[in-house]
Amino acid sequence: MSTSAYVQLVNLSKHFGKVRALDGLNLDIAQGELVALLGPSGCGKTTALRALAGLQDLDAGSILVDSKDITFVAPNKRNMGMVFQAYSLFPHMNARENVEYGLRMKAHRSSSSNRKKRAADLLELVGLSTHANHFPHQMSGGQQQRVALARALAIEPNVLLLDEPLSALDAKVRTQLREEIRRIQLEVGTTTLFVTHDQEEALGIADRVGVMRGGILEQIAAPAELYERPLTSFVAEFVGLTNPLPAKVSGGSAEVLGVQVPTVAGSITTGSGLALIRPEWFKVEASTSGNAKIFAVSFLGSTCRLTIDLADGARIRVQIPSAEASNLGIGSNVKVTLKSLPVFVKGV
Amino acid sequence: MTNSQIARAGSHTGTGSRFWRNKRDYLGVLPFLLLAGLFLIWPTINVVYGAFFSDEGKFSFDYVLNTIKDDAFKIPFIHSLQISVWSSLVGGLIGALFAWAISTGKPDGISRRFVLAAGGVLAQFGGVMLAFAFFATFGFNGFVTSLALKYSETNFLASPNWLYELFGLGVVYTFFQIPLMFIVFLPAVENLKPQWREASEGLGGSSKDYWFRIGFPVLFPSFLGGLLLLFVNSFSAYATAAALISQGTIIAPLSIGNALSSETGGASAPLAKTLSLYMVLVVVIVMALYTLLRKRVSKWEQ
Amino acid sequence: MKLGIPSRIFKVFIIGITTLYLAGPLYGMIDFSTKPLGNEGGRSLRAWKAIGEQEDLMSSISVSFAIAIIVMLLLFLLVVPTVIWVHLRLPKLRRPLELICLLPLAIPGIVIVVGIAPLYRWISIHITESPISLAGVYAMLILPFTYRSLSAALALVDISTLAEAARTLGASTMRTIFGIVMPTIRSGIMSGVVISLALVLGEFTISSLLSYDTLQVVIYLLGREDGKIAVAVSLAALLFVFGILFAIPTTKRQRAILDADIA
Repeated sequence: MSTSAYVQLVNLSKHFGKVRALDGLNLDIAQGELVALLGPSGCGKTTALRALAGLQDLDAGSILVDSKDITFVAPNKRNMGMVFQAYSLFPHMNARENVEYGLRMKAHRSSSSNRKKRAADLLELVGLSTHANHFPHQMSGGQQQRVALARALAIEPNVLLLDEPLSALDAKVRTQLREEIRRIQLEVGTTTLFVTHDQEEALGIADRVGVMRGGILEQIAAPAELYERPLTSFVAEFVGLTNPLPAKVSGGSAEVLGVQVPTVAGSITTGSGLALIRPEWFKVEASTSGNAKIFAVSFLGSTCRLTIDLADGARIRVQIPSAEASNLGIGSNVKVTLKSLPVFVKGV
Repeated sequence: MTNSQIARAGSHTGTGSRFWRNKRDYLGVLPFLLLAGLFLIWPTINVVYGAFFSDEGKFSFDYVLNTIKDDAFKIPFIHSLQISVWSSLVGGLIGALFAWAISTGKPDGISRRFVLAAGGVLAQFGGVMLAFAFFATFGFNGFVTSLALKYSETNFLASPNWLYELFGLGVVYTFFQIPLMFIVFLPAVENLKPQWREASEGLGGSSKDYWFRIGFPVLFPSFLGGLLLLFVNSFSAYATAAALISQGTIIAPLSIGNALSSETGGASAPLAKTLSLYMVLVVVIVMALYTLLRKRVSKWEQ
Repeated sequence: MKLGIPSRIFKVFIIGITTLYLAGPLYGMIDFSTKPLGNEGGRSLRAWKAIGEQEDLMSSISVSFAIAIIVMLLLFLLVVPTVIWVHLRLPKLRRPLELICLLPLAIPGIVIVVGIAPLYRWISIHITESPISLAGVYAMLILPFTYRSLSAALALVDISTLAEAARTLGASTMRTIFGIVMPTIRSGIMSGVVISLALVLGEFTISSLLSYDTLQVVIYLLGREDGKIAVAVSLAALLFVFGILFAIPTTKRQRAILDADIA
């Protein structure tokens, strides 16, 4: 790993009773980068973020920011902006006062006029200039999170920490706000750690996504690489939808549905296993002598999701462009094959 | 309205007019109104109205205007205010701190349940039983008194006279004020979100910053509400004082009791009613002040 | 929440001091009630054993329980249905009803006695001399608590929809209130029961000034004859109420008694 990383988490360990929340976690984040930590609940992702914030003491390991060891620095001296899942705004202060809060503290104290200007700028940045005098209970969940973001950015933090900031919002607001977070992060250029259990969120905005399980990183990579070339079956199955299909592996390639496809690193190298196939990696064509039958069709706009029963009884989920699905209806016989993309094959 | 109309639709078939339907709905509250009218509203009106009459039954401002000038009644009133303010402040402060201390523990443990139940009992533990508990502890044969006599005769605890004075009564009052504040304030401190402290720390705030800029301001309205409850609670208390102090009218409720019950010694209904009216006025004024203040300090609440 | 070391010391200090202070008089009651007659040393259960022999006390206990039962009946059959009725049918009366129910908070017990004394004089002459009639005024004293816990419980469920559902399924109004709405808000009602019991067993001001022999009045009189028995009875009553409160799960009870917000 590069030594020029801005944030370095080295060998972090933390036990809660018998549970290993962090089990020797290593993670580097470059300056200005947005890294998302993704994983099921209890995988240690939040513990890692809280350790970086200084809110969680560690059993072992060290944390470096800008090559300085801050492992034992108090949270209020770390200069990190944090956005929580919900209810983190101070209820008795309006939006502007919330944003100004950090600038009243010793560490970032600035004059009253500077504070006002900075708060106004940040509320503008998150698109809430008109809500400066609103109290938290007068704002929607999405607006509250925007204010929380502005508040975290007001102190010009070294690192921005986002702890599931979208999970308490409804779907539409979530998508919208997540794009806005990315826009603002790119604009301000703050190094950011984003923790989430929602893979769409992680893949949607991060430069790199780290998939965590059992207190360690299973894989960290750019979203596309993670999706297309998972290193472990856990990553393959956790990120995106997969259809497990029987496969015979030999010499770096696998035979699935009668088609020879390459395998990715981490797959079994020989024998039979289960290939994990993404829904959009299938090719479907109408054929009376086909090996499968369409069970259900769901039109999603530009794409179409098909549920298909294979001859051996397995049911798979397939996603194809709507244009190619025009002559496929429920009950049609079809032939299902694979595009020639590398697949992950796990042992049985 | 629409909800109730829909709810009503099932029961009325035929031609019953809306007018009669409404009338019938109002009949439903009549039994309750009769009871409340008899046992609550009429007595209240009776007190307020009756204060404006003379002993001979003529309309007069004499009692209302002059009673408060009489030291025999003024002093107990001042005592009542003093004891209520002090016991609320002391009991409220200790009770609030106790609530904070308890709130940092485990929320669902059996010990929390025990403390809550104990708090609930002690908060209602006024009156005769409380007076007896203090007799048994600080009275002539109480164990604290015995201990004091044995080890430090000059200590004020060695002579139980203090218990029967205003100061002693105030100490006794704190015994139910502390648990009452604990019980009403606990939900407020439990409502302090850990994220607030963490957000404050992350933004560079010290522990002091957190308490003075966030913790105390957020808790203040609930604390104020608790104090008000405590004030009214001790201001209205009669039983504890009556059981503790068998002679004399050291606080206002005792004067009222005296005016009401000493039938041989010139008991006067207008006098009792006037004193009662004063008490109600104090409570109403305090509540009004509280409402005003609360509106001012917590414009941020829903 | 994690506490720093100074905070932790402060916390232990607060809990320790407060507990000690509150436990003192309770220990005092145990100590005093187990002293033998006269000024001898040693321990004796005489006072506790003598409780059962106090006939006045026993009859006052049954009287107080009888009053408590009537207060509860008034609560179930009159107060709760009226509150629900007003919520469902007469939204215009909600505010006035609330005002009536909260009125006893502003009227000290001693003031109610002054206002109500003529009524009870009339009742004892024309209807009954029994203390049972106190149930009327006691039912008023619990109004603020019951109303608060009821309206909190009612706010949690959408009773209008519930009532509509019941009506469309053919339930009568009475059946809707007693069979559907009341069971739904039983936690609110339960706390009303606990409060009625605690209040009736602990009330002294009104009953003593109106000269009725309820439990507290008898304990008070007993205290003048034999303080040790009186203290023993007080402690027993205290433990009884504690047992009831402890038996009821926390959250439900909390909503009932705990309400800082008066005005």
